Amino acid sequence: MDPSPQAMLKEMLRIRRFEERCAEAYSAGFIRGFLHLYIGEEAVAVGAMHALRPEDAVVSTYREHGHALARGMDMGAIMAEMYGKATGCSHGRGGSMHLFDASRRFYGGYAIVAGGIPVAVGLALADQLLGRTNVTACFFGDGAVAEGEFHEAMNLAALWKLPVLFLCENNLYAMGTGLERHQAQTDLHHKTRGYGVASEVVDGMNVEAVFAATRRAVDVVRLGEPFFLEARTYRFRAHSTADPELYRTKDEVEAWKAKDPIGTLSAWLKLEEGLTEADLRRMETEIQEEIAAAVAFAEASPLESTQELLRHVVAAPQLQEALP
Amino acid sequence: MGTTTTYREAIRASLRLALQRDPKVFLMGEDVGRYGGAFAVSKGLLEEFGPERVRDTPLSESAFVGAGIGAAIGGVRPIVEVMTINFSLLALDQVVNNAATLRHMSGGQIGVPLVVRMATGGGRQMAAQHSHSLEGWYAHIPGIRVAVPATVTDAFGMLQAALLEPDPVFIFEHATLYPMEGTLDESPVDLSRAAIRRDGRDLTLITFGGSLPKTLQAAERLAQEGVDAEVVDLRMLRPLDMDTVLGSVARTHRAAIVDEAWRTGSFAAEVAARIQEQGFDLLDGPVLRVCSKEVPMPYAIHMERAALPQVEDILAAAQELVGHHV
Repeated sequence: MDPSPQAMLKEMLRIRRFEERCAEAYSAGFIRGFLHLYIGEEAVAVGAMHALRPEDAVVSTYREHGHALARGMDMGAIMAEMYGKATGCSHGRGGSMHLFDASRRFYGGYAIVAGGIPVAVGLALADQLLGRTNVTACFFGDGAVAEGEFHEAMNLAALWKLPVLFLCENNLYAMGTGLERHQAQTDLHHKTRGYGVASEVVDGMNVEAVFAATRRAVDVVRLGEPFFLEARTYRFRAHSTADPELYRTKDEVEAWKAKDPIGTLSAWLKLEEGLTEADLRRMETEIQEEIAAAVAFAEASPLESTQELLRHVVAAPQLQEALP
Repeated sequence: MGTTTTYREAIRASLRLALQRDPKVFLMGEDVGRYGGAFAVSKGLLEEFGPERVRDTPLSESAFVGAGIGAAIGGVRPIVEVMTINFSLLALDQVVNNAATLRHMSGGQIGVPLVVRMATGGGRQMAAQHSHSLEGWYAHIPGIRVAVPATVTDAFGMLQAALLEPDPVFIFEHATLYPMEGTLDESPVDLSRAAIRRDGRDLTLITFGGSLPKTLQAAERLAQEGVDAEVVDLRMLRPLDMDTVLGSVARTHRAAIVDEAWRTGSFAAEVAARIQEQGFDLLDGPVLRVCSKEVPMPYAIHMERAALPQVEDILAAAQELVGHHV
């Protein structure tokens, strides 16, 4: 069954409010390290995840809070992870950039640009070898398209007819380097022609368009072909908490904010579907309650003992590490 | 018991057994199929097991090592062959940033039961891009296992044992060992212990991989001179069995490490450091290292010989150690 636009609006709003709360927690010093906000790009995660099944696999990037939430991961476990707590989804070992949930086949945030793409190809290879009809959806940004690993992985997936959905979130910047300054071919979906991989470009600010395009793509992939979907989107916030944003103009950011997937969809719902301010307020209240509970969970959760530091380096070792 | 075979054939027999025993096992790498492997290790396996399970890959080290990682997470049992250790540098992102980290970064949720094999080492006039011994670099990385089989039995058995490990195991096969003959014992081998390949009282020569035959030759020459050398084969660089090393040094009080890598930052340096940290009082003199000269591997045969540790270099180190005692 197709997700209702109203449900997708709420999911996007949930991701945005969650990340706004993360930014506050970062300023207050509760979250450290890097914090890459997805704000502005929520339509891609929400639209794409609805086109996937629970048994499909997801590989993501370091800007993956939205993917994790849209995949159904528990908000409290994600917040606790950013707080570095033992109850975090990666037990505090990963942080913002490395969210994992094996039970949802969410195989992580990868913080080396393009580094997750070969892993996604391997997950798809396992599915093919085991005769499963799962899809592996691999998210990456426009910056990844410049990496050799992207091209190696694209060729391998095409050569072996592996069920990988290459989902490029083109937000026009590889950190601070604009697309036209890092790509000779700025229509990224054209790059797959050389590999014989079908592709499509979609408005990444329109959640229903992303859902529909991803569903078309997944239909192809599930039959045993890779597919490349380029979603054109934009991040409204800085690249990370360390970014002074010297490389783009305020006018450009404002122009993209006018295409805000949340604002656009809520305006349309009000006009066409009778969404009321009261409906929106109720949505906001429910989301704020969930966020408050997630923050409370993160704050109340224990830190892992440093006695456990060497856990998870290898499995409960058959081969003990001999440490000096 | 045991049959006489070569190191190459022992690995092939081990691969064949693994492929027969577990339908989830598959081999992939550059030229492992139709070509039969750059070192002829996998010859005949494509015909026996088919192209699904003996997969030729493009020359895309990063993609096929990464695909091995993903496939291992996904529930199959890949054995990835990288043609040589120098080529494996193209896949280091996948090794260091993914294979070694995923269990930890995920808080123990996912493991990477992957086996990666590759040829290492010099001595075949292959010059500066096919001859280096970088396995010590791999041993630097927590989260992976590093195996360096030096005998026919270990060539067979360490691969079998690696396939039982829940974490990535890297097996470094010294290219000069492939034609080496030896007696194959197919019983299970223990990855946790170093092995004493020759008993001796006067000094301990510690080595691994392709340097073991040279070190054993040196020990025989020393015996002719009345010096009784014990030879320890480390077998695994990570985890490292210091108990066996220190047990030997406790008997001999003198040690030298033979390692084909460059001396600076070598694995020999790690072993020497641990001996002095953990066994300083056992020592009658400094721990010596016999390593390669600090030069990219030259092509010309006399120059390559001069660059690599030779039996004479091991003898010189042994004589220096024994001299310290006198």
